Amino acid sequence: MAVRSDPTRPALGRPPSPRGGGSARVLPGLIPGLVALAFIALLIGGAFVGLLVEAARNPAGAVSAFDTYLLRIAGFTLWQAALSTVLSVAPAIVVARALSRHPRFPGRAALLRLFSLPLALPAVVAALGMLALYGRAGFLAPLLGWFAGGDWPGIYGLSGILAAHVFFNLPLASRLLLEALDAVPDDRWRLASQLGMGPRAAFNLVEWPAIRVALPGAAGLIFMLCVASFTVVLMLGGGPGATTLEVAIYQALRFDFDPARAVALTLAQLVLTVAVIAMLARIGADPAREPNIAVSRRRFVAASTGETAANAAIILLAALFVAGPLAATVAAGLGADLTRLAGEASVQRAAVTSLALAALSAALAVTLTLALVLARAALEAARRRGADRSWLEFASDTGAGFVLVVPPVVIGAGWFILLRTIADVFVLAPVMVVTVNAVMAMPFVLRAVRPAHDAASARYDRLAEQLGITGWNRFRLVDLPPLRRPLATGLAFAMALSLGDLGVIALYGSDAVQTLPYLLLQRMGSYRTQDAAGLALFLGLLCLGLMLLADRLGRRASR
Amino acid sequence: MKSAGLAVTLDQAAFSYGGAPMLFDVRFEPGVITAIMGPSGSGKSTLLSLVAGFETPTAGRILIGDDDVTSTAPSARPVSMIFQENNLFAHLDAGANVGLGISPSLRLTDADRARIAEALSRTGLAGMETRLPGQLSGGERQRVSLARALVRDRPVLLLDEPFASLGPALRDEMIALLAEVQGERGMTVLFVTHQPEDARRAAARLVYVEDGRVGASGSSADMFGAAGPAAFHRYLGARPAK
Amino acid sequence: MRRTVPLISAAAVAASILSAAAQEKLTVYTYESFTAEWGPGPQVEKAFEAECGCDLDFVSVADGVALLNRVRLEGTGTRADIVLGLDTNLTAEAKATGLFAPHGIELANVAVPGGWTDDVFVPFDYGYFAVVYDSERVKSPPKSLKELVEGDPALKIAIQDPRTSTPGLGLLLWMKAVYGDGAADAWAKLKGRVLTVTPGWSEAYGLFTAGEAEMVLSYTTSPAYHMIAEGTERYQAAAFEEGHYLQIEVAGITTKGAANPLAARFLAFMTGPGFQDVIPETNWMLPAGKTDKPLNPAFDTLVKPAKTLLFSPDEVAANRKAWVDEWLAAMSR
Repeated sequence: MAVRSDPTRPALGRPPSPRGGGSARVLPGLIPGLVALAFIALLIGGAFVGLLVEAARNPAGAVSAFDTYLLRIAGFTLWQAALSTVLSVAPAIVVARALSRHPRFPGRAALLRLFSLPLALPAVVAALGMLALYGRAGFLAPLLGWFAGGDWPGIYGLSGILAAHVFFNLPLASRLLLEALDAVPDDRWRLASQLGMGPRAAFNLVEWPAIRVALPGAAGLIFMLCVASFTVVLMLGGGPGATTLEVAIYQALRFDFDPARAVALTLAQLVLTVAVIAMLARIGADPAREPNIAVSRRRFVAASTGETAANAAIILLAALFVAGPLAATVAAGLGADLTRLAGEASVQRAAVTSLALAALSAALAVTLTLALVLARAALEAARRRGADRSWLEFASDTGAGFVLVVPPVVIGAGWFILLRTIADVFVLAPVMVVTVNAVMAMPFVLRAVRPAHDAASARYDRLAEQLGITGWNRFRLVDLPPLRRPLATGLAFAMALSLGDLGVIALYGSDAVQTLPYLLLQRMGSYRTQDAAGLALFLGLLCLGLMLLADRLGRRASR
Repeated sequence: MKSAGLAVTLDQAAFSYGGAPMLFDVRFEPGVITAIMGPSGSGKSTLLSLVAGFETPTAGRILIGDDDVTSTAPSARPVSMIFQENNLFAHLDAGANVGLGISPSLRLTDADRARIAEALSRTGLAGMETRLPGQLSGGERQRVSLARALVRDRPVLLLDEPFASLGPALRDEMIALLAEVQGERGMTVLFVTHQPEDARRAAARLVYVEDGRVGASGSSADMFGAAGPAAFHRYLGARPAK
Repeated sequence: MRRTVPLISAAAVAASILSAAAQEKLTVYTYESFTAEWGPGPQVEKAFEAECGCDLDFVSVADGVALLNRVRLEGTGTRADIVLGLDTNLTAEAKATGLFAPHGIELANVAVPGGWTDDVFVPFDYGYFAVVYDSERVKSPPKSLKELVEGDPALKIAIQDPRTSTPGLGLLLWMKAVYGDGAADAWAKLKGRVLTVTPGWSEAYGLFTAGEAEMVLSYTTSPAYHMIAEGTERYQAAAFEEGHYLQIEVAGITTKGAANPLAARFLAFMTGPGFQDVIPETNWMLPAGKTDKPLNPAFDTLVKPAKTLLFSPDEVAANRKAWVDEWLAAMSR
């Protein structure tokens, strides 16, 4: 603002090192981040090494992987992921903005919790939930058929893939962007209301800049999720015309047992995704951070009646879109013999196992994220304005997110090969589940936490430096407290994600880790559809419970 | 307890931040309040940042007293600083915010707490230890910052437009408080302001910064007087000297 | 990670010392639904342990394909004495690993369509792939594969992907067995009736029971589950004139298990009533050996294929890739 127009005044968020530019002083905040990066690199690299050891027996598969089939499915993979990302993120901007304009209305907190539920559902459950509404035999089929002028053909094909991806990712994007909007300095809001800015001007001058900062990250995250989509793509895709690289990797590793080909395809997936994300990052270059934040958190927004009505409609539409398939899932679940299910020892065991694994994964994910966020901030602080970001800084932010496009089945198989000779793989199964889920959840936590961290550090860096608050004291007294709420959001996301996942352990043998989603698929695989529906309901409830807990933790901590 | 003020010297301190190069060569008298004035973008804040240690000169030296602090970390310099805003940690109460001036790990003894209470009451906030910054007015928040500077008790106090966002009456109060406190402690105060009245009321000396260098300096009375430097008077505008 | 490994190896060592002190033991690798509470596993374990006075230890992984991969990865260091749950489409590759030993048992009890002569693998159950339909919505079900291919495109079928699932591969082979070189054209015709191609059996069957598809590729035995467990005759399998493709599930002794006398004993037990009586109503497949109990009458109402279709394991191994490519091309047209 006034300060920023003063060119000689350095932005507060970038205190240069006192030694000037490129001194060789080791940044203390960097060490946990380096450990976290090493941990992630070890997890992914180890898996590759494992597969390559095996692939050495028959390396030909790696070369044969690159054919026209690969070209075609790579094209489709990127195309559907790009479309899904646009369709998820664009409406999410509107939804997040509407939610941010109305920080208090009945049901808002419940809605935000609802928004993290889709992530907790196994893809097949979510897909069936979507179909219960929009499918051929769906609840809305007669209406849709009437519009279409004939029998409703369902949403199979690209439209089905997109609809399901939006169902998963619109709520995610909305929450991430809302988190970014919440980090907007109140001075900005105050200024906006002082100047009598209308909604459009406030959007252009206050909200959009904040969203723009968070947009590349959120869009990148969603893009990667959609690249790695598997069940949804096959189940709703309508035929092999809709094939993603993930399908080919799965096929290479399972049916063909060709580790060389699996590694080659995974690398192809990784490289393509990196290329797209790099382009994305170029378009939405990070603008400078905000130097000013007032200490009080008050909102000075008075939306007009017209705008309130529009926002209400937007929020209601988004809520219906997300709640519809969830309601269908609940309705199906209520048809199951819930008391019998709840009484079954295996279900109770699975619930406990799920909770324990999700809690551990989430804790690890949050720890990794904090380490990375702090490391990135330390690196950015050490860099002179205008200098290019180092690869390390990139790695500790967007870079770490690329783990999402390494299929869990690849990590699982690679580590299985490495560890089979030195340890009992059954004992390792839970360790693998926790580790892989934590690393896969980390990018979500990162997106939830980073805007708040960066805003807080912009506000406090100089003060802390002046007062000599460093190291652990700085983490404890300065960095952590303003992060409690976003950390709680991140924790909830991580737990939801870990609850629903079961990708890693196919080979390990699941006797050791029978989680709820595992039990669900098992029942579905043996005609027990009703049981499966009931278990999906339990899974949703469990996730909701965790979400409430995380909210409470976040609220208590941030007073 | 009186921390004897130390002189602050910028010895041919050069700096460049993308824009035009700056070069400061100036000595601030010990134990008095010096106002630093000048147009927006002239380099006032950069000058304070160089003294505080947030910026490092590309050439030249920074001296506090007789010590060369050119490459000393900000917290190790005998300096306290109060910014225009964001002087307090929003999640810590007033007492803790002051306490950070004593111990950066917030491990406080009873004696420390007594000092905090004393400093708060000295700045007119007796009994407000447990208030969160959000529950304080803008003026009260700056008083907390001042209280922290008191317990830190460093020979040099830097103020970067600390009262810019306060109303006239409140600003007058704060200036008076600053002058009182300085009178008691005798520290060296460097005070960036845009308000000629502030400088007139509190500052013994005045340094005028223009285009990245010191354009003129002298006692406030001389500077504001009819014989003061022309450039400074152009900056002040055509207002008659009282 | 690094810290947990020594800890875990220590636990593994401790566990192996403990088990060495116990009675004789047989380790069987199998797929998960086999060892589920309602699967055959628990009853089979009880019956065999009572007979042999030994300890039968099931180790389960996701499915038959994962089973083969697991054994392949463990190599000669595997703990498995027996691998139970491969099907005839996987046995050629399994033999090629050199990790399986001849079973050496009497096959007198074994009864599968077309007979059985393999000296490495022994069948424990079998089933026929079939198109299962919702009788409330399909009034005149297809009577042949040809009718399925050429029928009303408004009535949809959910099928599985041959690249990722066993039944998907089954349908591919079925079409190939019936149409031969014309399979690609047949697929192109069938494409109009295919609602979607799912990654596995569960997703397709889920779509079917949710009412999204009128038909699904499954087994002739599927209706038995609905009749016996749910008491409904709504879901029926369609009998096809050309015959039905057969899936035989087998078990084999590993080279490690060849040294364990319990292994051959288990395979012999497997072909007898102690094992076979359990199969129909737990694994929902047909028994491949001698039974004592008569089958539930519901099984008598199931489709009995006029003709059995089956490629030899070697034919499948040699042609699978080419046939999948042909399918891909036809379905993507």
